Amino acid sequence: MSTRRLEILATWMLGILWVAPLAYAVWTAFHPSEFATHFSLTAPLTLENFVHAWDAAPFAHYFLNTTLMVTLILVVQFIVCTPAAFAFARMEFRGRETIFAIVLLQLMVAPDLLLVRNYRTMAQLGLVDTIGAIALPYLGSAFGIFLLRQNFRQIPQELDDAARLEGASLFGRLWRVYIPLAKPVYLAYGLVLVSYHWNNFLWPLVITNSVTTRPLTVGLAVFASTDQGIDWSIITAATLMTSGPLLVAFLLFQRQFIASFMRAGIR
Amino acid sequence: MKITRRSLLAASAASATIAMPAIARAEATSVEFYFPVAVGGPITKVVDGLAADFMKENPDVTVKPVYAGTYNDTITKAVTASKAGQGPQMAVLLSTDVFSLIDDDLILPFDSTADDKKWLSSFYPAFMANGEINGRSWGVPFQRSTIVLYYNKDAFKEAGLDPEKGPATWEEHAAFAEKLTKHDAQGTSRWGVQIPAAGFTYWLLQAMVSEAGGTMASDSGTKVHFDDPAMAAALQYWIDLNTVHHAHPAGIVDWGTTPRDFIEGRAAMIWHTTGNLTNIRSNAKFPFGVAMLPAHKRRGSPTGGGNFYLFKSASPAQQAASLRFIKWATSPQKAAEWGVATGYVATSPAAWQTQTMKDYVAGFPAAAVARDQLEFAVPEFSTHDNQRVTQLLDDELNAALLGKKTVAEALKSAQTGAVRLLRPYQKG
Amino acid sequence: MIKRQTLLAYAMIAPALLLLGAFTHWPAVGTLIDSFYSTPHGNRAAVSVGVDNYTDLLDDPVFLQALINNLWYGLVTIPASVGLSLLMALSVNRALPGRVLVRMAYFTPTILPLIAVANIWLFFFTPDYGLLDQISLAFGFGRHNWLGEPATALPAMMAVAIWKEAGFFMIFYLAALQTMPADLAEVGRLEGASRWLYFRRVTWPLLMPTTLFVIVNAVINAFRLVDHVVVMTRGGPDNATNLLLYHIYETGFRFWDSAAAATLTVVLLAIMGILAGLVFAVLGRKAHYR
Repeated sequence: MSTRRLEILATWMLGILWVAPLAYAVWTAFHPSEFATHFSLTAPLTLENFVHAWDAAPFAHYFLNTTLMVTLILVVQFIVCTPAAFAFARMEFRGRETIFAIVLLQLMVAPDLLLVRNYRTMAQLGLVDTIGAIALPYLGSAFGIFLLRQNFRQIPQELDDAARLEGASLFGRLWRVYIPLAKPVYLAYGLVLVSYHWNNFLWPLVITNSVTTRPLTVGLAVFASTDQGIDWSIITAATLMTSGPLLVAFLLFQRQFIASFMRAGIR
Repeated sequence: MKITRRSLLAASAASATIAMPAIARAEATSVEFYFPVAVGGPITKVVDGLAADFMKENPDVTVKPVYAGTYNDTITKAVTASKAGQGPQMAVLLSTDVFSLIDDDLILPFDSTADDKKWLSSFYPAFMANGEINGRSWGVPFQRSTIVLYYNKDAFKEAGLDPEKGPATWEEHAAFAEKLTKHDAQGTSRWGVQIPAAGFTYWLLQAMVSEAGGTMASDSGTKVHFDDPAMAAALQYWIDLNTVHHAHPAGIVDWGTTPRDFIEGRAAMIWHTTGNLTNIRSNAKFPFGVAMLPAHKRRGSPTGGGNFYLFKSASPAQQAASLRFIKWATSPQKAAEWGVATGYVATSPAAWQTQTMKDYVAGFPAAAVARDQLEFAVPEFSTHDNQRVTQLLDDELNAALLGKKTVAEALKSAQTGAVRLLRPYQKG
Repeated sequence: MIKRQTLLAYAMIAPALLLLGAFTHWPAVGTLIDSFYSTPHGNRAAVSVGVDNYTDLLDDPVFLQALINNLWYGLVTIPASVGLSLLMALSVNRALPGRVLVRMAYFTPTILPLIAVANIWLFFFTPDYGLLDQISLAFGFGRHNWLGEPATALPAMMAVAIWKEAGFFMIFYLAALQTMPADLAEVGRLEGASRWLYFRRVTWPLLMPTTLFVIVNAVINAFRLVDHVVVMTRGGPDNATNLLLYHIYETGFRFWDSAAAATLTVVLLAIMGILAGLVFAVLGRKAHYR
């Protein structure tokens, strides 16, 4: 039994280690800046850092930008990937496997790697410094198509046949059979997508210049730039503010969060 | 619902329109400027306040300050955006970026009229020097600084040193630093001196090079003198502070955490920008002094910080509006207020004569040290393709500070590399 | 004659294909072409330079450093984060006091943007009064300039990356573990198989598809995620933490040398391609699909 105890201890220690940065952020954000580097138990609590952080940069704007951007990507990806996935999964047509392979290439080559060229494309389209430009390179997603295709393939053919017999059109079948049955995948993929794009940094950094388009990640980086001399209390307050929504959503829905990944399954 | 290409494009266009571009480019009286923040404190608020005050006095102009991060971030953004045809009308950028901006044909000079020339001559020549290329003036000083020595008076007293006098020479500086260094069972608990090397290594080195009587580059920005004996002497001195006097940390000292280190008492003396004066004053819990940098063959410090630049892409009305704003923001009273709020050096003698400044200096004499050091200041190192050349130099200096290369090797490597980078500009 | 269904299928994949093509395939080809030209400057247009950009690259010590760094970085973070995530999944899969809390703790790094936590890690690594040094001093191990010394700077970045990734991969392993048939475990226990034997012969092979998926993600992220470099070290000290994508960013957007940036990108894409091929070839064959 003592190996078991050791295991439990190790697991707990690793957990504490893992949560340490967040714990530090919480400590520093709620205490005055003298206590950012000293952990005394008698330190007074304060909300000042949050007030300063909120004042120091237009976080409300950044929140809005991020929400708009993520929603745009989410909605368009679903609209674009669903028919494509269905076509690859259930329709017979010439060149299907080849085209699918070409699509899958994007799994390895994220638009982030092609920063320089994509920036030039946006400049030519006149879209530099717009929220649309942040979203555009990600609107077509090989991962989304792959995931949905896998799932569509596993839906029993009988259900599809039954719908066809009832006279449903192709889109009727999609809407009434495939999409509802793939809900767990949509949920799981949606969660992955939201957390990926909420946290995305390099491409938004490059393509945005101003407050009306910057997402939270870029706003935070600009705000916390080290040239200034670091004030960890304000930076951690800003960090908590910007990760807040995701964190709270996760804490409240963590079982569903994790369960949806499980149900989706990567097979 | 059928997804057609057209509907998709329409949707994309609609969403791009929803996410409006940053400024209304059609309006002639709306101007935007990018600015960086490289010192601690609520600078963005002060800048926003400046813009608001200007707009109150000038209701026909809208000024939008856009905070873009560090100096590097800001020039990256300003040039990238300008090249894409969507740049700002003005920007506060490093005084040393002037060559790159001219090479890419992005900015306008300020001295087109005789009145403008008179206005420009009202600034300290030390601050104008970097922006004077080929007889024209391309930048107007705004947030300018020099390097100063901050020292912990309590630590000085503890080590038996006169807390009112900073070290006057290199020898004194090293000796003081040795006395101020404290050890405990696990190593050094307080360093005598910290000179940050991460971020702008060349800037700190340039202070020592000027003190050793050398220069790092020609005024034309086309030649570098990394093989100048003064360079080697300066670099060796810096290294010796660690390896010989054991008074300076090994490795690369971070720029951003150095003021914090000073406030925490981890370093008794630091070399840092005068721009952090207000920050340190607000946060240090001990009496501290500000001194000029120690002399070797002479006193010296590079100037630093940012100038206002005017971008070519601005329409004539925008240019006129921008010029009004720049003149207003750098007027003696405004410059004085800016200096008091941030610790940057007020950029004209007239600014130092304002009541605001006089009161400030009376209450805080340390503030005048940077101004007094201007007498010995040299223009900051600047060449064509500045970002690349300084990155190369920084890398080589870092290698020497880390002990990976000898001083001679590092400087030779830097010289060869810089000569190669500057070759395309030799005829210019 | 093209069947109606074929036309319909093409219409359904067209939008996705267009978007993917415009922002992945076409720029990739464009980048390749750019790498054979010089950088246009102001009034000077780009001229064809053959393979000059590539030979210049081989002479560039910064590129070589970034390449070696990235390879080491991948070599350490990929097995470490995948292995750790498997251990985590196995440990929270069993009954454990505080299991939900621990699982949450492992997963939190995924929720936080790397750019946000990088500043916190900066504090952890700060010499003398940073958290790591405070602990180190308390145990008598002295002070370190973690991010200022080349020997420790890259490992520090690796640690941050592993911390960020492991929890995310854990979820996929958890999912796979929970869908493994319970009777297999029964059989294993009845036959008296040791835990290690059971793991090696039953669990591990069944997890192969997940492992493949997780490794591919780890490979992609090892080259894609440079946010922490941007905030914490900016590639220093003396390029000790310079990674390929960060170098591309600096070359393309700080030095505006678009030809060099394109050449670097081609190299990066080639590496990704080779690695993808390797992973699929080696592991893809071993994966048992149900």
